Amino acid sequence: MSLQVSDLRVHYRTLKGDVRALDGVSFDLADGEILGLVGESGCGKSTLGKALIRMDGRMHRTGGTVVLDGEELPIDDDRRMNDFRFRRVSLIPQYAMSALNPTRKIRKLVAELLRARGATVDPAALESRMAHVGLPPEVLDRYPIELSGGMRQRMVMVISTLLDPSLLIADEVTSALDVSTQKAVARALLGFRDSGYVTSMIFITHDLALTHHIADTIMVMYAGRLAEKAPADVIVKAPRHPYTRLLLDSLPEVGVRYADRRLDGIAGSPPSLLDPHPGCRFRDRCPLAGEECAEDPPVTELAPDHLVACWKA
Amino acid sequence: MLRLDDVTKRFRIGALGGRSLTAVDDVSFEVAPGEVVSLIGESGSGKSTIGRMILGLQPVTSGTITFDGSPVRQGKEFYRNVQGIFQDPFSSFNPVFKADRVFAMVKDAYFPSTPGHEWAARVENALRDVRLNPGQVLGKYPHQLSGGQLQRLLIARALLLEIKLLVADEITSMLDASTRIDVLNLLAELKSRGLGVLYITHDLSLGTYLAERTVVLRRGSVVEMGPTGQVFGGPLHPYTRELLAAVPRLHQPWDDATPVDTCAYHLHGGTGVLAEPEPGHFVACARLSTCQ
Ligand SMILES: Nc1ncnc2c1ncn2[C@@H]1O[C@H](COP(=O)(O)OP(=O)(O)OP(=O)(O)O)[C@@H](O)[C@H]1O
Ligand SMILES: Nc1ncnc2c1ncn2[C@@H]1O[C@H](COP(=O)(O)OP(=O)(O)OP(=O)(O)O)[C@@H](O)[C@H]1O
Ligand code: SF4
Ligand SMILES: [Mg+2]
Ligand SMILES: [Mg+2]
Repeated sequence: MSLQVSDLRVHYRTLKGDVRALDGVSFDLADGEILGLVGESGCGKSTLGKALIRMDGRMHRTGGTVVLDGEELPIDDDRRMNDFRFRRVSLIPQYAMSALNPTRKIRKLVAELLRARGATVDPAALESRMAHVGLPPEVLDRYPIELSGGMRQRMVMVISTLLDPSLLIADEVTSALDVSTQKAVARALLGFRDSGYVTSMIFITHDLALTHHIADTIMVMYAGRLAEKAPADVIVKAPRHPYTRLLLDSLPEVGVRYADRRLDGIAGSPPSLLDPHPGCRFRDRCPLAGEECAEDPPVTELAPDHLVACWKA
Repeated sequence: MLRLDDVTKRFRIGALGGRSLTAVDDVSFEVAPGEVVSLIGESGSGKSTIGRMILGLQPVTSGTITFDGSPVRQGKEFYRNVQGIFQDPFSSFNPVFKADRVFAMVKDAYFPSTPGHEWAARVENALRDVRLNPGQVLGKYPHQLSGGQLQRLLIARALLLEIKLLVADEITSMLDASTRIDVLNLLAELKSRGLGVLYITHDLSLGTYLAERTVVLRRGSVVEMGPTGQVFGGPLHPYTRELLAAVPRLHQPWDDATPVDTCAYHLHGGTGVLAEPEPGHFVACARLSTCQ
């Protein structure tokens, strides 16, 4: 078992109180598994990624544990986490492309990053991994500003996996790419896994169709909690949580036009994470909501590997 | 309203600017009031560069870009009518200003005489329009918001201005499907009130949902453009077909049919002129007939 997250609670301290961005999330990730993580904007996906790598000053863990390859990650100890970052767990942050130092050429930037971690660059390995994501070697002699958004994004992807981490968290790495590059990058990620550059992966995305193609398992979050988790095919073909179903319904197919058929999002908005109301967090928007929903629905295993937090699933 | 004529952009790259890179190559198209034109193309094809030139943020190397007849240029008057929302929401905000301050700056610059309470109500409406909860975002700094929340804050800010043209560069890339549709419907409503939109996207289904016309860009050149239904219903250029085949679809494996590769366009490295095989539908392909 590669990753075990148990009842993880990570909150942001603000003047108005704690924002409960992760409020009791548990899941496992096996060796070699790719977990697709989807959910409403603002539901805590990036927070999960950050929590496993580097908590910023205002984040704090109020409960739960994270175990990677049998060892507990000291997620709230920034210094001790240094031993794990990049080598054991690596994150490609959302819009990582703006994080590249603009004053350095890519080649120098990679060398510096690796040196800071006590490693050196193997130019051949670097170039072959770049080729994996469709980047020609010339890119190394350019400045970040000279690359398009998508090229920078792919460069960050290569850099983040150079030290062969056990777990890679990829936060919206394909959202800025055109479909053909996206397909190439998604397949490159699969290739990274198959070649052992990374052991397992959490793939955060808004693109359900894309994640269906590459993930083994999909986890759907809603307002800081797990709503549903199941093998990718099951989520797409036989979802049980009302939120998952509605989310799938709001996907436009190529060819649907506003003028012909107006699609609609899910009415209403997610609860504030400052002080979420008790009970099911989807209650205000759920077409099936009933009296029992005033109490928190427990996460139950409907079928093997199919977890759902809903009273009526 | 917006018109690009033979627009080319070359960048000097490398040490001392010794080499040059043609990011945008002889591009012409128009956006009319109340029209959504989607601009699609692979990563690095020059989409954002076109967006930045339209907003006067980067000069063109040659060609002209005009808005309502006059050349585009930076300045308050111009930005009252034309706004851009760029790809990367994390670097689009000044990190030291809270969201409230961001909106107050819009008021100071453009609506100094609007009473405070009226402005507050407008800001709240704009936020609700993009499905943000004002109480949850207003008091926060950019780094305290999620990617999709920032993206929507940018949209709300641009739309407060009652602009005529919006350059939207991947503005929904970080939104979940449900929120995304809400934002698209909002744009559709504004469009019916006359807003013109250049909708830069990689997501073909979003492009088709809104846009009457589509421009497909590859390596800086337009390879195909025309009414969206025709471009996607009967794509003429191999690259357009390749894009369509790469769209991930639920319930369907990725289409791996190797795209037609024998077109003269590829053989000659992509320097065809635009042909017009049907009215309004243009394609860059030297030997159109043999590719079909
Ligand atoms: N530093 C912070 N201080 C306070 N609240 C924060 C902070 N960072 C994030 N939040 C809040 O925590 C919640 C979860 O944010 P997170 O970035 O994890 O969302 P997300 O699921 O990644 O969303 P998106 O899909 O839009 O990127 C959001 O409601 C956000 O406003
Ligand atoms: N300031 C610059 N200096 C030099 N080259 C640049 C500069 N900005 C962009 N380029 C180059 O111009 C080309 C087009 O870049 P642009 O950002 O417009 O692409 P894009 O179509 O928006 O791509 P993406 O979908 O990845 O965002 C790229 O090859 C890029 O490397
Ligand atoms: S627990 Fe109730 S409110 Fe929540 S999703 Fe299920 S039916 Fe809907
Ligand atoms: Mg995020
Ligand atoms: Mg771009």
